[in-house]
Amino acid sequence: MTMQPASTEITSRTAAIIQELKGLEGPLLPILHGIQEEFGHVPQDALPVIAEALNISKAEVHGVVTFYHDYRSHPAGRHVLKLCQAEACQSMGSDAIAAKLKQLLGIGFHETARDGSVTLEPVYCLGLCACAPSAMLDGEVIGRLDDEKLDEIVAEVRS
Amino acid sequence: MGLVQEIDYGTPASTSEKQVTLTVDGFTVTVPEGTSIMRASMEAGIAIPKLCATDMVDAFGSCRLCLVEIDGRNGTPSSCTTPVAPGMVVHTQTGRLKDIRRGVMELYISDHPLDCLTCAANGDCELQTQAGVVGLRDVRYGYEGDNHVFKKNDGAENFKWMAKDESNPYFTYDPSKCIVCSRCVRACEEVQGTFALTIEGRGFESRVSPGMHQLFIDSECVSCGACVQACPTATLSEKSVIKIGQPEHSVVTTCAYCGVGCSFKAEMRGDELVRMVPYKDGKANRGHSCVKGRFAYGYSTHKERILNPMIREKVTDPWREVSWEEALTHTANEFRRIQYQYGRTSIGGITSSRCTNEETYLVQKLIRQGFRNNNVDTCARVCHSPTGYGLGQTFGTSAGTQDFDSIEKTDVVMIIGANPTDAHPVFASRMKKRLRKGAKLIVLDPRRTDIVRSAHIEAQHHLPLKPGTNVAVVTALAHVIVTEGLFDEAFIRERCDWDEFQDWASFVALPENSPEVVGQLANVDPEEIRGAARLFATGGNGAIYYGLGVTEHSQGSTTVIAIANLAMATGNVGRPGVGVNPLRGQNNVQGSCDMGSFPHELPGYRHVSGDAVRDIYESLWGVKLDDEPGLRIPNMLDAAVDGSFKGLYVQGEDILQSDPDTKHVAAGLAAMECVVVHDLFLNETANYAHVFLPGSTFLEKDGTFTNAERRINRVRKVMAPTNGLADWEVTQKLAQTMGLDWNYQHPSEIMDEIAKTTPSFASVSYDYLEKMGSVQWPCNEKAPEGTPIMHISGFVRGKGKFIRTEYVATDERTGPRFPLLLTTGRILSQYNVGAQTRRTDNVMWHSEDRLEIHPHDAENRGLRDGDWVRLTSRSGETTLRALITDKVSPGVVYTTFHHPDTQANVITTDFSDWATNCPEYKVTAVQVGASNGPSEWQLDYDEQARNSRRIATLEAAE
Repeated sequence: MTMQPASTEITSRTAAIIQELKGLEGPLLPILHGIQEEFGHVPQDALPVIAEALNISKAEVHGVVTFYHDYRSHPAGRHVLKLCQAEACQSMGSDAIAAKLKQLLGIGFHETARDGSVTLEPVYCLGLCACAPSAMLDGEVIGRLDDEKLDEIVAEVRS
Repeated sequence: MGLVQEIDYGTPASTSEKQVTLTVDGFTVTVPEGTSIMRASMEAGIAIPKLCATDMVDAFGSCRLCLVEIDGRNGTPSSCTTPVAPGMVVHTQTGRLKDIRRGVMELYISDHPLDCLTCAANGDCELQTQAGVVGLRDVRYGYEGDNHVFKKNDGAENFKWMAKDESNPYFTYDPSKCIVCSRCVRACEEVQGTFALTIEGRGFESRVSPGMHQLFIDSECVSCGACVQACPTATLSEKSVIKIGQPEHSVVTTCAYCGVGCSFKAEMRGDELVRMVPYKDGKANRGHSCVKGRFAYGYSTHKERILNPMIREKVTDPWREVSWEEALTHTANEFRRIQYQYGRTSIGGITSSRCTNEETYLVQKLIRQGFRNNNVDTCARVCHSPTGYGLGQTFGTSAGTQDFDSIEKTDVVMIIGANPTDAHPVFASRMKKRLRKGAKLIVLDPRRTDIVRSAHIEAQHHLPLKPGTNVAVVTALAHVIVTEGLFDEAFIRERCDWDEFQDWASFVALPENSPEVVGQLANVDPEEIRGAARLFATGGNGAIYYGLGVTEHSQGSTTVIAIANLAMATGNVGRPGVGVNPLRGQNNVQGSCDMGSFPHELPGYRHVSGDAVRDIYESLWGVKLDDEPGLRIPNMLDAAVDGSFKGLYVQGEDILQSDPDTKHVAAGLAAMECVVVHDLFLNETANYAHVFLPGSTFLEKDGTFTNAERRINRVRKVMAPTNGLADWEVTQKLAQTMGLDWNYQHPSEIMDEIAKTTPSFASVSYDYLEKMGSVQWPCNEKAPEGTPIMHISGFVRGKGKFIRTEYVATDERTGPRFPLLLTTGRILSQYNVGAQTRRTDNVMWHSEDRLEIHPHDAENRGLRDGDWVRLTSRSGETTLRALITDKVSPGVVYTTFHHPDTQANVITTDFSDWATNCPEYKVTAVQVGASNGPSEWQLDYDEQARNSRRIATLEAAE
């Protein structure tokens, strides 16, 4: 189980990130990215600190964080696997790929494996339609998914 | 009678002066440039279907119902977001539009419960209306799939469904009825300026979230009601509407809380008040409200309200309920006996800033004509009397110079000793709106109030001055303006006396008035003072707004003069966007002062020594009037203690709780032989009363209130007085019982008498108010439509007068025994002594007074947040719980005075303003220490209060 960092620690680390990025034009998204990078997710306790520093309301920060699926409220597994479920990939069999992958990993979408190795997520278009069905593992795109590639992926996340 | 209907134009009005002509459905309409097609169409009388648009907020274009077709343009643009253009030809109803709208509406309804018959909004639901408007006859989609409507889908938990949030005492949030039009979110942002709401998630997951997915009560929500008003469905509904049902008629009236004077529609079902809805035509509030005016009217039917007159021999006796006749005869006899025994000047009265102009006028008339003396004073004594003196001396009249609309043209706002977001919330929202548009802000306040920094607003300069140093700091601002040559010479030469200016300028330029010297004694960074002065002098239209943090000091009048000097020196008087604006605490402080409530002034601020003025009243009232000023409240109490003042009629004021040095007030009241309290509740003063006359609420009478911008607003009766008589009728009956020939049939006749005798009200009548909505005095032959802005071409007194403002430190000083300075103030949800708001659900936000103390001072004393602390001054001591916050500076503590069991005024001293006796509430040297519970005074007081509130039960007839 991942231990939640103590709230005062979140506050101070968040403050440092804000300090660094506050000067940017439209600093909220870069700050949230920075926080996600720092903690692996955007802790709820960080939101009031951001609101106070940018002089916006807590509700506004909450609205932005929840709008973007990429900002997580909880830490992800060591690997993050995003499987495209948009139209082009669906037409090339991504449904079946998803079913197989869920079975291989033993988890569903939006779930993290018990050993914390991987988090599986659907994504709606990676812009890789020409190589459908496609996926993204830890930020690297993978095209033309087939059984062989799935096995490779599973092997990698399990290692 | 019916409901007062207001047209919703869909988008705000454009202020452009350029006109544009277009055609809508074959009708030609001309509107200002920048107007939306939706609004233009409504002006032509054609209502385009809409859901997400309402004219209190900017266009959003999300509901896709208001689409139109425009000749020569492709597609179907939304009419709310598309501005008009010359010669444009618009079609609002075509086959294509009908299909689109019906399709859109079908989608809305496919995720909306169809429980219309049992829904609270039934009869007042825009979704229902629009479904009817677009001709929706069928919903093809069914409810089988994803929805937000049902708690369970096929027996399985529906995680998209959310329970109702009933945490707010006044309204509910039912997410299952939400169509995510964002009107509430936008109202919270644009109208109220709190930003407490957001849309969380995206797509089908989108929903309204207070704060960070919190309950309304736990979020930043201030319960102003703007979201509830904006909601087109039952998602946000007043609990009173849920409980009672839809109203059937409404009456426009004026809120009886603060000096903003908001207009409301009192929406009624029979004689039951269903809800108060802010009125868009109200020129003070422009359709906005706060938690007090909108929701906190429950006190009017509170069980503690007294409905029968009562008398007693001694204040230790229980009360005895009697008839009106017996109570009034007893009072009249007592007053006559006292006058016979102790002399003509041994009785007096206090008028109320909570009552109407007409009622105030009658009370002072009773005293002047009936008591034959000038012993009349008002609660304004303890708040804005220095404003009267200071502005009278410098400008020539005791009133704010602007209307509230003026803020829309202000470039630099300076707030001194006022906390508008708590005490004048509706005006604060208008101010914040202007600040968000780029106006600059300077705040002089010992505390970091919310206006200094909150979402999307931040003061350029906050001067957290030590309490009691206002004069020094404002004079230091003038020092910078004079020595750096930033004054407006042309304005001063034209409008003021140049020699007086030079004298004043040489005074403020003295080195002891420099920011460097003043900064030392006021604990303010001199550079901040310089920066603030430069910004105010050079930033464009500069407007000063001030409150009781200016007036309630031993040098209150001097600070008001210093403020007036500053405005004149920078040429900031006499046009929109500038001026000197006292923020009045109570609904009718302005009016009660106007109506001759002071012992030295007849109505219209005319001194009692003026023969010509007295002549007017003497010939009308048929008596000789006293030409010597009478006693002020503190003098009455002193005289009572000395034994020469024995009888007092107090209408609608709780002097025991609100006046300084409670023990002295108590001693004065205890020494009197006949204290008559005329009020809604057995207030603290009533503990020392011999006669209690039940009062009526603002809902139960006709009259007028005059707000902080001199606006005379009508108060209209919406229900019969529960106590049987409106307050003006009670005063009239008392006068009649004392033998005066009064025969007013209606308050309008009282106003006619006021207009006849007071030049600044000469053209005011109820008929005229009916026609105009409201007017700002002076309203007479010279200004038939009233006067939004004063001193336009010249000051009322002729030339504006610069007066030297020497800083004299208050005698109230800190020392080893009392090292901290206490200052007092108010909070949003409570109102003054709390007699009303404590009897509403507003206590959910503020159930007790807390002592704000800086972490540093708390640590020194070993105090933790929430600890009981003993607060001691030279006058007395009390206990309350600590609230540790850095909103106050080290060395300063702060509390509110809403709760009688705290009795903050046991602590305050009897120091007062040199010119007007306005008490120095805002500075008291205190010590704070740990405590285990209530002080001896609190225990004694509680015991005495409980005893004195006993009402004898009627003995059963044998």
